[in-house]
Amino acid sequence: MNALGFVLTNFWALLVLAFLGLVGMRIVWRLRKYGATRRELRHVLRRSPFYFVVLVFCFFAAAPFLIMFLHTFKTDGDLYRRPQPFVYRQEPTLEHLDALFNNTAYLDFIRNSVLVGVAVVIITLLLSLPAAYALARLTGRWGERAGILMFLVYLVPPTLLFIPMFRIVVLLGLKDSPLSLIVVYPSFTVPFSMWLLQGFFKAVPPELEEAALVDGYNRVEAFLRVVLPLSLPGIISTVVFTFTLTLHEFIYGLVFIADTSQRTLSVGVPTELILGDVYFWQPLLAAALIIAIPVGLAYNLFLDSLVQGFTMGAVKG
Amino acid sequence: MKLLRLGNFPLDNRRLIGALFLTPALLYIVLLVGFPFLLSIAFGFSDVTVGNTDLSFVGFRNFLAVWENDIFRQVFETTIRFTLISQVFILIFANILAVIFTQEFTGKWFARFIFILPWATPVSLAMIGWLWMLDTKYSPIDYLLLQLGFLGRGGLLSDNRNLFWLAAPDLAQISVIFVQVWRMTPLATVILMAGLSSIPTDILDQAEVDGSRFMRTLLQIKLPLILPIMVIALLFSMITMFGDMTVVYVLTRGGPVDYTRVLGLYSFQVGIEGGNLAQGAAISLFAFPLLLAMAIFMLRTASRAEVR
Repeated sequence: MNALGFVLTNFWALLVLAFLGLVGMRIVWRLRKYGATRRELRHVLRRSPFYFVVLVFCFFAAAPFLIMFLHTFKTDGDLYRRPQPFVYRQEPTLEHLDALFNNTAYLDFIRNSVLVGVAVVIITLLLSLPAAYALARLTGRWGERAGILMFLVYLVPPTLLFIPMFRIVVLLGLKDSPLSLIVVYPSFTVPFSMWLLQGFFKAVPPELEEAALVDGYNRVEAFLRVVLPLSLPGIISTVVFTFTLTLHEFIYGLVFIADTSQRTLSVGVPTELILGDVYFWQPLLAAALIIAIPVGLAYNLFLDSLVQGFTMGAVKG
Repeated sequence: MKLLRLGNFPLDNRRLIGALFLTPALLYIVLLVGFPFLLSIAFGFSDVTVGNTDLSFVGFRNFLAVWENDIFRQVFETTIRFTLISQVFILIFANILAVIFTQEFTGKWFARFIFILPWATPVSLAMIGWLWMLDTKYSPIDYLLLQLGFLGRGGLLSDNRNLFWLAAPDLAQISVIFVQVWRMTPLATVILMAGLSSIPTDILDQAEVDGSRFMRTLLQIKLPLILPIMVIALLFSMITMFGDMTVVYVLTRGGPVDYTRVLGLYSFQVGIEGGNLAQGAAISLFAFPLLLAMAIFMLRTASRAEVR
């Protein structure tokens, strides 16, 4: 807590120091490597507007998350009485984080979201892996048509379908159960992951499958033993993005489930952590930040792979 | 050899395997999207409510009632306005960012992480952050403006200590548009990055050999080549935004009065909260022709991009 307290009370000074330190180290490193010539100094100067633009964009993107972080540890007095949102005037406290995990249904939301996400990922893979392979390699024209149809389906927004879906969920007796989401979410995750996987499968050289066929494998074996292992990185990134799609979904989760303990993160946090007009700001902001950071890291880690799948699927489709 | 291959003939038939592989996914989608869609149309022509579940045909009554409703007109207009205005900014920022992030620079990994956060965070959770940023009383933005002398007694923007971001009609609309741009720009950027990275390197090498500079390569080679992708990115984010209700649900619930109410939210409020399923379905069906037109336009652009 003391270290955290130190970081929080001196947040902006430390941020600026860290930034200047890193920039300075980088410049010193460059000068050491290429020599402290005028050309090199000019290079550094010429690049600085570029970095300035990057910095401005980063600031706008990060602003709400910075505020989330700074507010998580504030006492009520520090937050509401003569507010100075950017600095700490009272000792930082962990009581709101503690309250978030122990006095609210936050852990239930996490559990429900993970449960729904994992189940949907499994269903999605079972359906879309073979289908994407068929689109990439096996079917000719009608496969292409089916692929376009799938893409169109992905574009149908949940706001168009949630009313009949709600009726169906009620008829199936799944209202207020995460099972309803597990059944319905593949309606948008399957088209999405098919589109992506198709791109990854197309990147596998066809010669490898043909070699496998000559060696006596049949098509199914060639798919299972040659194509699947080779596109494993693509499949992993498809899993990541499919999972986060389920994490993002809001409308179906809001409409199908009214029972607090059964709600998912995206619905539960903004609806259940607010009692009437009373907002519990520190826990609310913390709840959002705790999810945002890992998902952001996952996105960044798999972004190149997503871009590659997109390109193969869309451009060379 | 031929005999051997004849042995596992069914498993080698391309078309058969293809159909076998594709059918389950296709079936699931048709059942889970096609059927509700038809049901939605049936609802639109019926008088179904949450309490009354039998579908009796009432013709175009719902659609006419919706169309003649002033609130609906306003909602429809607001949705289109929000979508169009935000696209302009998204396209500008996405182009700049796509060029930035297809280059190598120090700290790129971290910068990319920061800039992806608005898109990676579940929308409803990111909106909580904005709800606080735009709070009527505690908004950190207001605090900054107050310190800089734009707010408070004799301030340039207002004599008040707060701007009431989500409570004043104009500012609420601006806020919603700003937040939409904030969260959708990364998606458009990623699509544009895919376009930029798919430009064959030999074209760029040739340009470099011919002495083309950075700006010229960008404006005369890269931009024309990714124009189709840009149209796709644009339509993609338009369709996403047109069907979105999460942002306004968390931020304003459509208020003040009706100023930020969009189509998806209105159909939710009438259909689910108000219990009138039939009219809710009719409202959301009004979005369909526009969405279909955008999707078809997008596909045509995409197929033109493939020919290149």
